[in-house]
Amino acid sequence: MDSTKEAIRTYILNEYLPGESPSNLKDDTPLRTSGILDSMATLNLVSYLEQTFGIQIDAHETGVENFDRIEDIVALVASKKGA
Amino acid sequence: MNLCDYLAGSVVRTPDRVAVVGPSGRGLTYRELDDLSNQVAAFLRARGVKRGDRVGVIAPKSAEVVATLFGVMKAGAAYVPADYTAPVTRNRTLLSDCAVSAVFLAPSCAGIMAEWPLAQAPHVAWLPGGDAPAGMGTPWADVVSTPAAEGADLAGPDELAYILYTSGSTGVPKGVMLTQRNATSFVDWCSDEFLPRETDRFSSHAPFHFDLSILDLYVPLKHGAALHLVSEAVGKNPQELAAFVADRQITVWYSTPSILSLLAQFGGLEARDCSALRLVLFAGEVFPVKHLRSITERWPQAAFYNLYGPTETNVCTFARIPAVVPEDRTAPYPIGPACPHCDALVLDTPGGSVVGQGEEGLLHIAGPSLFAGYWNRPTSETFFERDGRRWYNTGDVVVEDPDEGYIYVGRRDRMVKRRGYRIELGEIEKGLYQFDRVREAAVVALPDASAGVRIIAFVTPSGERPSIIELKSFCGRALPAYMNPDAFVFMDALPRTSTDKVDYQALIGSQLAPKQPA
Repeated sequence: MDSTKEAIRTYILNEYLPGESPSNLKDDTPLRTSGILDSMATLNLVSYLEQTFGIQIDAHETGVENFDRIEDIVALVASKKGA
Repeated sequence: MNLCDYLAGSVVRTPDRVAVVGPSGRGLTYRELDDLSNQVAAFLRARGVKRGDRVGVIAPKSAEVVATLFGVMKAGAAYVPADYTAPVTRNRTLLSDCAVSAVFLAPSCAGIMAEWPLAQAPHVAWLPGGDAPAGMGTPWADVVSTPAAEGADLAGPDELAYILYTSGSTGVPKGVMLTQRNATSFVDWCSDEFLPRETDRFSSHAPFHFDLSILDLYVPLKHGAALHLVSEAVGKNPQELAAFVADRQITVWYSTPSILSLLAQFGGLEARDCSALRLVLFAGEVFPVKHLRSITERWPQAAFYNLYGPTETNVCTFARIPAVVPEDRTAPYPIGPACPHCDALVLDTPGGSVVGQGEEGLLHIAGPSLFAGYWNRPTSETFFERDGRRWYNTGDVVVEDPDEGYIYVGRRDRMVKRRGYRIELGEIEKGLYQFDRVREAAVVALPDASAGVRIIAFVTPSGERPSIIELKSFCGRALPAYMNPDAFVFMDALPRTSTDKVDYQALIGSQLAPKQPA
């Protein structure tokens, strides 16, 4: 679980927040609703998650409810891996 | 009409009024300025400089430099001012490009003469200030002891008054050739619009190689007013600049918005009495509204004007800023309608078709202030013929508003497409300026293999540095999603060109340079 979260955090920091101090990105920092991730960035993140964790994420699952906070993304990945 | 006629008129009307005051506070009256410039002209003629020649000037600003500029024109020649803080190789390149027959140098600028091929080297005259190298050129004392000769041979209205070199988009300096008529048509418009009077005290902040200097130099001297020169060092120091405006009781100020922004933030203006100011003019770049608001609040008695125009046309549109800049205004003010001596057209492509009102297009200018071309370059690449007249494409995209005149949208070369959306990079800057912890913002776009374009915002913080998440979230609220920058870079200060504009080439270069190994 922690390694999944770290991988996602690192990906978001490197790709969308270059130069940001990692401690500023919290588990509950808004991502979609704040503008840190836009729709294009979310698509890239989805394909990263699918490749890294060997899961399938459907289009209807890529909305704000699953992608606004790191903890929500981690939960989505966990539910897919457990499925 | 010739710029020298303005000086001649003032010498007759107000011979004993102060014409120009140097950075040190030492001044010349109109009679003294006229005499000194006559000696410079006589010296140049004695050295064989004739009508149509070019004469370089590289020196910090001083009353003697002003006399030199008039002396060059009284000899019928055109002056070519170069930036004395620029590398000597660049200055040598541009003075060789236009083949100056003489050059006036401050002793501190002697380095330019090294490696100048002797056969092409111009005659050197040394301006005062420091020790001139021995064995070369004419010392100032000898220049000004030349007996003034009879019979002026002034340039005609369509002959060159000065050449101003601009960086050019490719980085190769281009010599913008301006005629006497170009200059006087602009100066005469300033007379009509700003009603200068003998009691005015004009500041001269811009260096003489920058076209803002044309207003600074010739408008006051035409009207018997006083011209107060700002040194390079004071010009970059907001505290000292504020003291200068107060102590010299400046009535007319003209500079880029950058300098006014610095004055508003760091000038300590609350402790300075600048109540003599009646006119504040700015030009050269977009004035971020939050800084414009604060300077208008500091100087409520002054009328503020936004002047627009490239070096190639000088000011060609203008707009008066309202006395009160509303709290909720974030959009920069329009550049306004065309000046009466200029004609403007908005075309869809360079030299193309007129667009409808309210549609974006490229601003084209015609009229007597339109430059004569670039030195050593064919005019066919420079102008468009239309209805039997010459038009110049400014490269600036504008929209015409029936009430406000032209609204500046941006440079065509600062527009990028990202995911199919057209983005004006200045729009992102405007958004960033709304963040209270952003003092300065500059945005560039770089090509990116996967995304097409990568948008990078350079930010200088005001107070506590915001986090990147805060900046990105702020942009998420202030801008459309496709405008949110890909990366943010913090800086203590934005790099600026010698004319105080944001140096976008340097910012782009900083991102293209190879990364240092970690």
